[in-house]
Amino acid sequence: MIEFKNVSLVYPNGHQGLKNINLKINDGEFVVVVGMSGAGKSTLIRSINRMVTPTEGELLLDDQDILSFKEKQLRKLRTEVGMIFQSYNLVKRMSVLRNVMAGRLGHTGTLRSMLGLFPQEDLQLGMSNLERVGIQEKAYVRADQLSGGQQQRVSIARVLTQQPKVILADEPVASLDPPTSHKVMKDLRRVSKEDNLTTLVNLHFIDMAQEYADRIIGLRDGEVVFDGPIDQVTDKTFEEIYGRPIKEDDLLGGDES
Amino acid sequence: MSNKDIVQPSAQKRHPLTPKGFKWYLGSALFLVVGLYILAAYQTQAFPDRVIEGLPIMFYFVVDDLWPPNWSYLPRVAMSLLETWNMALFSTTLAAIFALPMSFLAASNINQNSYFYQFIRNFLNLLRTIPEIILAVLFVALVGIGAVSGILALFVFSLGILAKLVSETIEAIDPGPVEAIRASGGNVFQVITFGVMPQILPQFASYSLYVLEINVKASVVLGFVGAGGIGIILRQQLSMFNYDNVATIIFMTFLTITIIDLISNRVRERLE
Repeated sequence: MIEFKNVSLVYPNGHQGLKNINLKINDGEFVVVVGMSGAGKSTLIRSINRMVTPTEGELLLDDQDILSFKEKQLRKLRTEVGMIFQSYNLVKRMSVLRNVMAGRLGHTGTLRSMLGLFPQEDLQLGMSNLERVGIQEKAYVRADQLSGGQQQRVSIARVLTQQPKVILADEPVASLDPPTSHKVMKDLRRVSKEDNLTTLVNLHFIDMAQEYADRIIGLRDGEVVFDGPIDQVTDKTFEEIYGRPIKEDDLLGGDES
Repeated sequence: MSNKDIVQPSAQKRHPLTPKGFKWYLGSALFLVVGLYILAAYQTQAFPDRVIEGLPIMFYFVVDDLWPPNWSYLPRVAMSLLETWNMALFSTTLAAIFALPMSFLAASNINQNSYFYQFIRNFLNLLRTIPEIILAVLFVALVGIGAVSGILALFVFSLGILAKLVSETIEAIDPGPVEAIRASGGNVFQVITFGVMPQILPQFASYSLYVLEINVKASVVLGFVGAGGIGIILRQQLSMFNYDNVATIIFMTFLTITIIDLISNRVRERLE
């Protein structure tokens, strides 16, 4: 369980990223965080793996306050919290499988990993995760040979190979076209449900959020302005979150199913 | 209203493209720079007539003294050139090995301790300010005349260049993979091997070859102060006025360096 207790974050330049956040996220929930750009979506989810550090409050992951973590505990935390990025963040010149195995680094000794000596069972795990996202035949292809959707699948396989408890996805489909976006979101939701992973996804398209979320958290100016299960969410909710009427741009559309 | 009426400038106010003050500023800066060039030419006596007067002397030197080269001296030249090449090869390899860890310490996106980073940067700058000929003189005094002093001098000199070039490449990499590996709990060594190395490997190889080219040329000069290689016999033969031997040395050196540069350039094109 992830618990935010009066969490605030002020950036060194004085900008307030988060204002007094109180949230409880249960194990296995698929949460979509919505809000306009600059509302603090990234800051919120990046706090959970301490890619940014809140300046006030407590952030509990399984009853441990992660805000007090130092170097070593932090690395341990990050092996348990996987992350998916908007720009995939793969090493383009490396093979797909090597990129997937990069997710295993936190579990592998420094020398072993530097020599590329991953245990065979870890390689099996990596391959089976590539299979789960449907691109096992690309394992030895260089990552830059893949399409955007395939690259994002590689990064999902990388995160699964890390065997985390939590997945954070920061605008995972913002660089993809609508049909591919839906495919990737479906894959992400499927694997996260299969492994019972707590998942937080930042999205700014409201139709996508409605389609895939169990629960929606709305942010505006660093504050939680909505938090509720998906069946309580209507178009009115989004107008409240965005603080303005819904526009065409807020919808992705293009679901082929 | 026709189009002509619109483009007609108004009589009252003209709009210069460049403000007047800036024109004055530019003019005086130009005047100053030209003045400095004239002063520099005067101080160094670098007048064009001296080059023109000198041309025939150079021509007769080449035709009378250098020509024909003494081809029987070729085996001795070949041995010395081989030594020059070996010096360059050893020093570059050593520099490449030591420059790699240094360049990670000299890259701000990897070494996040700003004091340590500044210290390494300044150290590398210091290395590069020492001319290789001075280094050679120092090492000749330290380990004696011969190729070893040349290797050491070239090593120190090219370490500074290579570490600087590679660290700048590291600072320019795509930060995404590095972020991803940090976010998955990788330590700094894992960030380097999985996030940085694959991204910089082609440039690292390319810069190492470039430094090898530089070192081959530099080692010619180093022989003049006794640091081994072709330079030693070049100075010897020059001081004994054996211009036919000198001609062989010059020709062969030119040929060797051209071939090395050619091959190295081809390989580097492939790498990019």
